[in-house]
This record gives sequence, structure tokens and C-alpha cells, in this order.
Amino acid sequence: MSAAAVKTGSMSPYHAQDGLLLEVENLHVEFHTRYGVAKAINGVDFSLRQGECLAILGESGSGKSVTAQAVMGILDMPPASIPAGSVKYCGHDLLTMPEDRRRKTRGPEISMIFQDALSALNPTFPVGWQIAEMFREHRGMNKSDAYAQAIKLMERVSIPAAKERVKAYPHQFSGGMRQRIMIAMAIALDPAILIADEPTTALDVTVQAQIMSLLQDLQHERQMGLILITHDLGVVADVADRIAVMYAGRIVEQADVRDIYARPAHPYTKGLLESIPRLDLKGQELAAIGGLPPNLMKIPPGCAFNPRCTMAQDVCRVDLPPLVEVAPNRKSACHFSKEVLGA
Amino acid sequence: MPEVILKATDLVKHYPIKGGILRRTVGHVKAVDGVSFELLKGETLGVVGESGCGKSTLGRLLMRLEEPTSGSVEFEGRDMHKQSSSDMRRMRRDIQIVFQDPYTSLNPRKTVGDIIGEPFEIHPDAVPKGGRRRAVQELLEKVGLNPEHINRFPHQFSGGQRQRIGIARGIALNPKVLICDEPVSALDVSVQAQVVNLMEKLQNELGLSYVFIAHDLSVVRHISDRVAVMYLGKIAELGEEDEVYDRPTHPYTQALLSAVPVPDPTLRGKREQIVLTGDVPSPANPPAGCRFHTRCWRAQDLCKTEVPPLEPRPDGVGAHLSACHFAEVRAIIETARADNSGLIFDKGISDPAAPSDSVDSGAPVGAGAERTSLATADIADAGVDALRAGPIDHQVADQAQTVIRESDTPRA
Repeated sequence: MSAAAVKTGSMSPYHAQDGLLLEVENLHVEFHTRYGVAKAINGVDFSLRQGECLAILGESGSGKSVTAQAVMGILDMPPASIPAGSVKYCGHDLLTMPEDRRRKTRGPEISMIFQDALSALNPTFPVGWQIAEMFREHRGMNKSDAYAQAIKLMERVSIPAAKERVKAYPHQFSGGMRQRIMIAMAIALDPAILIADEPTTALDVTVQAQIMSLLQDLQHERQMGLILITHDLGVVADVADRIAVMYAGRIVEQADVRDIYARPAHPYTKGLLESIPRLDLKGQELAAIGGLPPNLMKIPPGCAFNPRCTMAQDVCRVDLPPLVEVAPNRKSACHFSKEVLGA
Repeated sequence: MPEVILKATDLVKHYPIKGGILRRTVGHVKAVDGVSFELLKGETLGVVGESGCGKSTLGRLLMRLEEPTSGSVEFEGRDMHKQSSSDMRRMRRDIQIVFQDPYTSLNPRKTVGDIIGEPFEIHPDAVPKGGRRRAVQELLEKVGLNPEHINRFPHQFSGGQRQRIGIARGIALNPKVLICDEPVSALDVSVQAQVVNLMEKLQNELGLSYVFIAHDLSVVRHISDRVAVMYLGKIAELGEEDEVYDRPTHPYTQALLSAVPVPDPTLRGKREQIVLTGDVPSPANPPAGCRFHTRCWRAQDLCKTEVPPLEPRPDGVGAHLSACHFAEVRAIIETARADNSGLIFDKGISDPAAPSDSVDSGAPVGAGAERTSLATADIADAGVDALRAGPIDHQVADQAQTVIRESDTPRA
């Protein structure tokens, strides 16, 4: 396979080589605050292929959302800055691209949905108007055509009575329906990559199931690359192909979803898996990870996880373990990953 | 039979909706609409449900932070809502609450010592004045915080630590009942386990009874002895933890259980998924008859008119309380039992006569992961079958072990 167009039937100037959509290399993000410099991302590498679902898993402050925002180019700079790294979309570095060109990638090439649909949607415009805006802005459509497209999209994301509700305002919809509208906006221009930042965290579990299955259907239907950012190990197990586990602004483990759950290669991943109660387990003892995630202004030297790690040795307090291949298709950033795998 | 410590009978709480220029009452939000249950001494009763089902209002009613529209709450046989304010104050020493949000439930301008010590100010006879600082430090230690941090302010603590402060305040007066309203929902997973473990430890040490209100079905299963499932202000199903999770008879419980993602990618596509259409109706205008009938795939005409009573209905093994006209057991999740040495498949038919360690030898696996291969599942089944057949066939167990090793090799 060579130079296959990312999307069929579109005028996208970008072409994915061998299905490779996104390559993030050595990405660093810092926030300059009154109290010092918070190092949110400290060298992140990952890639995304067509039709693939990559989950970025982490707790609050691990840098998973900042990574997504850096890829999307919606970080507020300042206070944020990107001192190093590259984000290549089909071989073109988004970080060095002129802003007017980059702007044209947001929507038609890469788009994003957020956790809180109520604050992500504009409360003063009807939802149909907001979806139609995508077509007016990027495709130069007239008002009535754009509205017709908006209705089609609302039907696609299963909003009942889309024709009547196209003029309704965001507050007139329930949480799940609002999330559907945001998804409709995100897929409006048929992007190659969809980034979903905690798309179901604010939703009830029955609605979460509906939204996740909608996202999966759309991904398969359009062969999108999906980056799913979440803290929920259950959701990841249901939908992801690959996982990157983040801790203190670095990827500590990356592997296929089955491998990671069957046999984690990093003590943090192992700790996470052992600390969650499972619906289908009885009499389980929760092995909590002791301590707290580090302050991003004072990340401990060596491996950032060492103060909480039960396997930590002297070397962990001095040397930062690189993310290296420990088995085919698996990477881990731990000095003792062999031992973790064997345990 | 342990004694009943807290008993709710037909609890109802309707909030008026005011509308129009004259602010007249135009309707009611039926937050809690006829809830009855008993809390036994030393047990944990989990209350699960989606947002708007009335679980938090229920928690507030049990504390008398709200006056009920009708119904009663009895604490140790005395009707809480009929107590005078001084009697109520005394009663509150025995019932305390821990709130969800550790960021807003602690006063940012008070030190941790003041926050945890406040119950002693309100109930001066609990601890003599000179001993209060010491008592607060003991509480800090009990919940796993550094006693030297007594003069710090809430913002100097992380979310998990703040929740520990909330718990310390809750247990300061040595209560008998602790109402926990989503105590771990705001916490990260790695910290959530710490707080859940702390709550279990405190229950053992202090003989507390918990009403554990949460939306996370996995956490509720982990901590609860009995579980009540709420939907739109009513209890849909109530029973022992394994009755509700392994043998649910109410369609809503079944749908809820099937929607919870399980952190095991090998179960992907193999689990039964009941996807409910639509959203929860508004509690201001709940459907007539069974409240779930608008989303229920089994609803019939009867469900639209008759409210199904919460009464014992057969679940295949025994019977437990369920509020469905057409209650029928349907297993949604396949429960495994976690052991120190691993997991086994437990389909609710384990033989009590068989020593459990021999069951383990049938399928010893680590950390829940190896339940993965079908081979393992079959072996576990073989183990269970062997158990049911009587004396354990050690050969079966040995074989099982070999096969598991083999099935593991490619992954290693």
C-alpha cells in the first residue's frame, strides 16, 4: 500500500503514507505560572494509523488532555509553550505550519470532542446553526444547504426528530443528546482523526454505553483514527486497539490492549489494574497504589513513579528509564520491566 | 439475625416547582417516592442509580437534612423526624455523613484541626476541652494522615487526602451509622482504592454501618453486603450483593449491569449488552405505572397502569425483592471469585463442602487477566464440575494447570 489518500472523495491535500496518520515525537509542553514552570508533557512519542483506536490512559495531571490539545493546536500559549517536539500529520509538522494552514486542518482533518458538552457548545445559538457553521466556514455552503447537512448529521447520530430539533438550543437537550450534537459537529467535515477527550465521563452508565457504541460505529464507517483519552480502564478494554499509559507527562507503557491487561510491563499499569474493583469479581482485595501523583513543578528525579513504586531500587531514583521495546509491539519505561512481566 | 439500626418506611420527598408571576406551585419533583428498607447493624447497604434517581436526596432524608413529605425514618426504633431539635442533635451523634466533593464540603478558611474538631464544639461532652487537639490528631492518624498536619488548610491537601479529612470528621463522634454520598466518585482510580480500603478498615475497627450511595456499580459491589437499585425515586431491586449482581430479576438492573464496561478486553463482544434507548424521564413528571416502562423492552399494558410492588420474587436460587410485574432472572455478568492465589469461575454453584484451596488448584491464575483464554474458562468449569461430582479428582486439577501454562506461553 502506498500513498493512499486519507479520505476518498474529498479534496484533502494530505495523504497518509501506508495508513500512518499521525506521528508525535519527543513532545514537550510546559506551563509558565506564577509559582514556577509546570512540566506537563516531558517527551511523548506515539503514532496513529487509519482506522485505529489509540487510548491514552492516565489520571488527572498525567498530561493526557494536554497531549490532545497540543496535537489539536488549541493550547493557550502563553501560559503554555512547546519547547521541543514535533506533531506530524501525514508527514507535515503541525507545530511549524503557518497558523492559517493549520486552522484549515482543524475540522476537515483532525477534530475533537470534549467531556463537557454544555460548556463546549455555544449556549446562545441553536445546535443546528452550530453544526451548519462547519459547512459554511469550511465548505462555503449557503445557509439552507448547510442546515440540510446539519439535519442529516443529527439523524446520523440518532437524535430523534432532528428536523424539529435543529433550531433548539443546547440547554434544551439532555447530557447524552448534547454529546451526540458535539459528535455530529466533530464528524461534520469527515475528519481523518477524531480526538475524544473523556467523552463519557460526565454521563450515566447507560448513556455512556450508547455514546461509546455510536463512536465505534462512526469510526468503523469512516475508517477514522480515534484517539480516546480517558481514565476509565473499563471503557478502554471495550474499544481500544492500543493503549498508551501516561504518568507525570510521559508514556510509561504502550502496547496492544490485550497484552496490557493480560500482562502489564510497568509497575504503574500493574498497580492501576489491581486497584480497580471489578463488576464481575467477588471478594477482591483492592491493592491500592500508595502515595500521590507528583507535583508537575517538582517531578522527582529518575523515574517519576519511584516514590510510589514497590519495586523501586537505587537506580530508579537516579536514572530516567527510557521507553523501550520489551517485547514485540510493546514498550515500557521501567528499569525492571522484565521482572514486572515475569511476575 | 443482626438488629435493625436504621429503618426507612415509605419515605417520600417531593420538591415543589414554582412558576408564573405569583410563584405558585405548578408541580412537584418527585425525588424520592416511596422508599422502604432496613439497615442492619455492621452492614453496608449500597444504593446505586443514575443521576436524578433520588439517591442523594435519600441520603439527606436519612440524616434529617431534609424533612420528608411523608413516611418515616427510625433510628434504633425512634422516629427521627419526630424528635425535638435537642433530641435530634443528640441523635446526630450516631448518624454522620460524608459528602462527595472533598473540594466544596470543607471550609477553605478553617484548618484541618478546626474542621475535624467542629463536632466536638457542637457536642462539648463528647471529648473534654483539653483533650480535643489530641483527639483530632488521633483521628488524623486513624484515617492515614500525618497528625502534624493539624494546622494546615484544605487547599494544602490532595483530593484523596481531603476525602480522608471528610471521613475523619464523619467518625469524630464515634457514630453508629455513616451515610456516604458518592465518597470516592471525585477521586482518581489509584486513590479511590486507598479510600475504599480505609472505609472497610474503619468499618471493621469501629463496627460502623454504612449506607453507601454511589453510581459506580463496581465500587458498590466491592464494598456492599446488600444493594438497592434506584430508578426515578423508587427502589427497583433490593437484595444481597450476589442476588442483585448475579441473579438480577429487574430489567433495569439487568440493563445497568450490562452497560458497565469491564476492564478485560477478552470479554469484548462476548458480553451481553442491553442498550437502553432514550434518557431517564424527568422526575417532575414520572411515567405512570412502572416508572421504567418507557425504556423497558419487556413492558406490557399492565406496566403502564399498575405500579409493581417491591416484593420477594424468585431468582432461580431463592427470592429477593424486585419491583417488576414480569420479574425474571437473567444473568448478565459471569462472576469470578478473587482469591489470594487467583480467580476461579463461580457460577453460584460452588460446593460448600469442598475446601476452597483445592478449587484454586483447578485454575490458578494471576490478577484476573488469564481468565482471558477460553481454555482457562473451560478448565475452571471442569474444576467446578469435578467439585460437584464429589471428591476432587486431582488429575483434573493437574491437567488444568498444565493447559493453563501452555495457553500462557505465547503471551509471555
